[in-house]
Amino acid sequence: MITVLYFARLKESLNYSTEEMVLPEGVKTIAQLKTHLAKRGEAWANLFNGKQTIRAAINHALVDNVAAVKDGDEVAFFPPVTGG
Amino acid sequence: MVVRVQTEDFDVGVEVNAMRLSHPNIGAVVSFVGQVRDLNDGDHVAAMTLEHYPGMTEKSLSGIVEQAVARWSIADALIVHRVGKLKPLDQIVLVLVASAHRKDAFAACEFMMDLLKTEAPFWKKEQTPNGERWVEAKDSDDQAKNRWQQ
Repeated sequence: MITVLYFARLKESLNYSTEEMVLPEGVKTIAQLKTHLAKRGEAWANLFNGKQTIRAAINHALVDNVAAVKDGDEVAFFPPVTGG
Repeated sequence: MVVRVQTEDFDVGVEVNAMRLSHPNIGAVVSFVGQVRDLNDGDHVAAMTLEHYPGMTEKSLSGIVEQAVARWSIADALIVHRVGKLKPLDQIVLVLVASAHRKDAFAACEFMMDLLKTEAPFWKKEQTPNGERWVEAKDSDDQAKNRWQQ
């Protein structure tokens, strides 16, 4: 299982903030997980089809699309940050 | 070296004095205070809500402090960032850096803000007369961060 968290505009668009998920067959990286999520429907496709910049973190560290996802990870997806 | 994420306001004078008076060996304290503006992208901003990623936020801010410590000779550093609902003139963020001489403190303070703006997981949502909107990240902030990569 992995935990997936969504923040800010993603959380609102998807009406989802967190979910537990069995790591899907063949999903080994952030890019592959995004592709998998994009198949869930229009709102998901709009966010995860690669046209928008969606940043990712694994276990609280910022990562890029090639980062490996493994069982037990906490993965988060969010828009570019705007603090400060 | 301390990082705090809080809904409450902070008192810059109290924080500066606390840092200053606990380090007799330092000659400089540099502070940066960010506040909520009442205008953004041409629209009046009545209020904003700051969301963050509890757990990652603190780790990210601590990592930023650690990078500054590794790069400059600094005696102490503090980051305080507020979350929740804020209105114009409210303080959002405080960065303090103490060092023996001013040069390292100035540079480290600017570095920490540039990294915070582009890496720490905070998101601003503004309330304007035209409704609510998420603030978009700025390219100029990425450029500000990139100049530190040498």
